[in-house]
Order: sequence, then structure tokens, then C-alpha cells
Amino acid sequence: MKQPSSLAPSASAPAHPAPLSPAERRHKLAARITRNWQLYLLLLPPVAFLAIFAYAPMGGALMAFKNFRIVDGVLGSPWAKQNGLGNFIRFLTNYNFWGVLRNTFVISIYSIAINLPCSVLLALSLNYMLNQRYRKFVQMISYFPYFISTVVMAGMLRIMFNTSSGVFGILFDRLFHMNVLASEGAFSSLYVWSGVWQGVGFSAIIYIAALTSVDPELHQAAMIDGATILQRIRHIDIPAIIPTAVILFILDIGRILGVGYEKVLAMQNPNNMGASEVISTYTYKVGLVSQIPDYSYATAIGLFQSVVGLVLLLVTNRIASKVSDNSLL
Amino acid sequence: MLTTNGILLTIFMLLVLYPFIYVVSCSFSSGSALVRGEVWLLPKNLSLEGYQLVFSYTPIWTGYRNSLFYTVAITALNIVMTIMAAYPLSRKDLVGRRGVMVFFMIPMLFSGGLVPSYMLVNNLNLLNTPWALILPGAMSVFNVIVTRTYFQSSIPDELLEAAKIDGCSDIRFLVSIVAPLSGAIIAVVALWVAVGSWNSYFSALIYINDRKLYPLQIILRELLIATSNIDFTSTNIDPKQLERSQYLSLLLRYGTIIIGSLPLMIMYPFVQKYFVKGVMIGSIKG
Repeated sequence: MKQPSSLAPSASAPAHPAPLSPAERRHKLAARITRNWQLYLLLLPPVAFLAIFAYAPMGGALMAFKNFRIVDGVLGSPWAKQNGLGNFIRFLTNYNFWGVLRNTFVISIYSIAINLPCSVLLALSLNYMLNQRYRKFVQMISYFPYFISTVVMAGMLRIMFNTSSGVFGILFDRLFHMNVLASEGAFSSLYVWSGVWQGVGFSAIIYIAALTSVDPELHQAAMIDGATILQRIRHIDIPAIIPTAVILFILDIGRILGVGYEKVLAMQNPNNMGASEVISTYTYKVGLVSQIPDYSYATAIGLFQSVVGLVLLLVTNRIASKVSDNSLL
Repeated sequence: MLTTNGILLTIFMLLVLYPFIYVVSCSFSSGSALVRGEVWLLPKNLSLEGYQLVFSYTPIWTGYRNSLFYTVAITALNIVMTIMAAYPLSRKDLVGRRGVMVFFMIPMLFSGGLVPSYMLVNNLNLLNTPWALILPGAMSVFNVIVTRTYFQSSIPDELLEAAKIDGCSDIRFLVSIVAPLSGAIIAVVALWVAVGSWNSYFSALIYINDRKLYPLQIILRELLIATSNIDFTSTNIDPKQLERSQYLSLLLRYGTIIIGSLPLMIMYPFVQKYFVKGVMIGSIKG
């Protein structure tokens, strides 16, 4: 995110041949601020919104280091044991910790490993579809499932994989004697592949954009030189996609612990809980569902997730900018 | 090679379509055919029983009305807030722009988490009111950045200079010149926000207890996911039919999926190009 310095003269400012004294410069700056007062007025509501709904909860996360009691408020509550780190230590040594962490990683990494190649493949395949009308048609169908809500998606899975009445459920029951919905082993696959069904057309859009920016003359030259389609993909298309892929990959890594509440929660049932409890659903249950909600503990888990996510994002970004010159910041 | 590609794409398209065809066919089939699992492609024993059931299940319609209200309110608020934030940030002559940008970017990288957000809504006394769903979703930083990028690339500096010379103020310039030129980005933001809020259920799950305020997705969740106890007493169906409740609940589910997704399916052909456009604008590195 490189921007020109905010102090750079605007295009409309008159050119001053003589250097300004500090006092004059300060005066000019003040004049520019007052001249743009309406812009600051416009910014006021959005800034206030972020201060309340984004920054205040960040401050509230302080309760992760406390033993929060509602009557005392965040600031008045006593600090947690072990120098305020008690809640974090409790989570890291909890018997649920490794299971929940493993489930989160399995789902995220599986998801990244499948989604990225699938969307690139779809984009390439659409790109080599020469009949433009058919191509547009397939593409339009491909992102249709993206509009389905998480609840409906999970409901469709439950219906279709029902072993006595659903088409896929009956199929899996006959062929493998398996109830996919009640299986821990199948949970991550069901989650990831239903995600591919829902999202691949949409995530392919961005790669298609990258592919259409390739100069057609490159392809013509390659064809004259006798390059096969696979060679053209390997030497022309893939290099055009890589910058986009790297940026999306960095963002994915930053979200690795952030497997969302919505879909996992909607797909959970008592039979697949061993594979489907992830950090975010665990936080939700400890913090808000439980009969005796443990606010501080749940906040500590959420904070752990946020901080690890941020660190992973920054580290991947660093590595990516060293290795390939593509980076986010 | 290219023919193989065409065939593969066609297979892919059929795979994407199949679940929709299946659910639509099921929703038009009779309960007995469904229970025996006889439907796999086309409707069996054509019947509208499922839809009759959905239409008589009043909570769905309350949910519809609530969701419509929440979606319109959130979308309208988002458009106004997004423009108010994006336009000043797109102006190169805004003193302190870098600092304000950082202030906007930090929430994208880091958040306080679920419990502190819940506590905030609780402390503001918004629990169990429509505001608990509307206010926290009033702006998305991502949309602000995308809109800012759009303003920077499509509103020429000369336009502002000319307006300034004519004595036009910043707000007037935004309202009467920038906004009319920004139909495309407004449509994109509106679409993203509207689809997102129509489809979301989690905030309502944690913030709303009052059944009268439930959005559609929470009702759908009860029917489709937490299903064992559908309350047929709230329908106009003759209680004698309750013995068929297994059929009924199955039928109700298929009908519900279709009815619940209908608004987006109808909108889809008209709005899908804005979805694509939004991704394109968003992919330009800000």
C-alpha cells in the first residue's frame, strides 16, 4: 500500500519557487486543513463507527488478561493468575487444545490446498474455451452456488447425504456402507468439497482477470513457434497468474486459524464433533453458549487466534516478498 | 485437446447444476416418494404439497419480512458510510491521509474477537433489538478500500479543479458530481452487502432471542439443521395429518430451501455482472 506522502503538494496548489520558512509552511498546512474541513466532517461518522465497533472491542480484549466479573467491569476486574497469562496457559494446557487446533489446521490447509488449484484450473479451462457464448454461460452457472446461504448449504448437505432418502447418502450407503454425515473422517472432505462447489466459480473470476491481461501476441508468437497448449499454459499463463495467487495465498495463511463459525457450526452434529470442533466454534461455546460463560477464557482463545493469524500473515508476506517479489504490504 | 477441455467444462457445469436440479425436483415430488428415496433427477408423483406446507408455516413469512427490513437498512447505511469514508481517503490533498488509512487498515488485520464484540453490543443495550444486527454491520473497511480505489481511478483530478474554480464545496462536489458517476461501484457495494446480510445467521444467533425479530436464516436453520422438533401446531394443517409428520418435515425442508433462496435466484441474472465487476475493481492493488 504505497501512497504518495500526504504532504506532497496537490496538483491544484500554486508552485512556489522560493523555499518557505517553517512558520510559513505551518501556516500553509493549517490553511490546507481548514480549506478541506468538509472532508474531515465526512470522515467523522466512519471514524466514530470504527472507534466504537472495531477499536472498543480491541480494548475489551484486555479481559483476556483478567478474571472478568460483570459487576466490576473490564478495568475493575482482578488480573488473572500467572502474571495475567492464566487464561492463555489454561487454554494451551487444556485437554481440548490439541484436538481443536488440529481440526482447525486440517480444515484450513486442506481447504487452501484444494481451492487454489481448482480455481486456477477452472480459470485456465474457461480461458481456452474459444466459443465465447458458451464460455460466458458456463461461467455464469459456475458462480451461482456462491449466492446460496450457509444455512441452506448445510441443509442441502443434510438432505442429500441422508442415508435413507438422499441421493448421495443412498449411494455412499450402498457402495461403502458409510454414513458421511455421521463420520468424523469424512467431515473435512465434506466441508472442503462443498466449499469448492460453492466458491470455485467465484474465486476463478480473479484468475480469469489475470489471464485476460496477457498480451494475445505472446500466445500468437508461441503458436507460430510450435508451442503446445500445455507449453503455453506453463510458460505464458502460469507466470501471469502467480502474482495474484501469491497474494491470495498470503491472505489465506493469515486466516488459517480463522475457520469461520457460520459453516462449521451449521454442519456440526454430535457424531462428527471430534473432527468439526475448531477454535472459533470452541470459543463460541465456552464464551456464549455455556451455562456458566467464561468470558475471560473465551476472549483469551479469540485473542490467541487473532495474534497467531496476524503473525502468520506477516511472516508469509515477508517470505513471499523475499522469494517472489509479490507481497501485500 | 480443446475438445477435451470443452467436455470437461460441460461435466463441471453439470456437477454444479445437479444439486439444484435435485432439490427442485424433490420439492415438487410427493412425500412418500421422498421418504423412499426414489427421486434422483426428475420429480416423482408430481405434487405441490411441500409448497402448501411452506406457505402455511407462518414463521417463514415473519422471517422474510424481518430479513427484508434488515437487509435494506444495512445496505442503505453501508452505501452512505462507505462513500463518506472512501471519498476523503481518495483525495491526495487530504492532510493526514496516511494516518487515517492506517486507522482504517488495522481492523482488517486484527480484531478484538467474539466475546468483546458481544460485550459491546450488550453494554450498548442493543441485545434483542434490530439495532444489534444493523449497527455492527454498518460499514466494511474492505468495501471502503475498493470504493476508494474506484474513486481514484475514475474521477479525474481536473473535474475537481474545475468545480473548485466555480466555487463548488467538497460535499456538494461529492453529492452532485462524484456520486452520479459512481453507479457501478455503488451497485457492487450494495450487492455485496445485501447478499451478505440476507445470508448471514450468526449475528442473529448470538444477539437475538425474540422470535418476532428472527431473520429468515434463523428460521431456516431451525427447519433445516436443528430439525427434530418442527412445531406443526403453528401451521394451519389439520392435526390429524400429524401422523405423517415424517413426510411433512421432509417436504417442508425441500420447499423451504427453494423459497428461502428464491429472492437471490430471481435477482441473480440481473446482478451477477456487478459481482464480477466488483471482484475486478477489488483486485486492483490499492
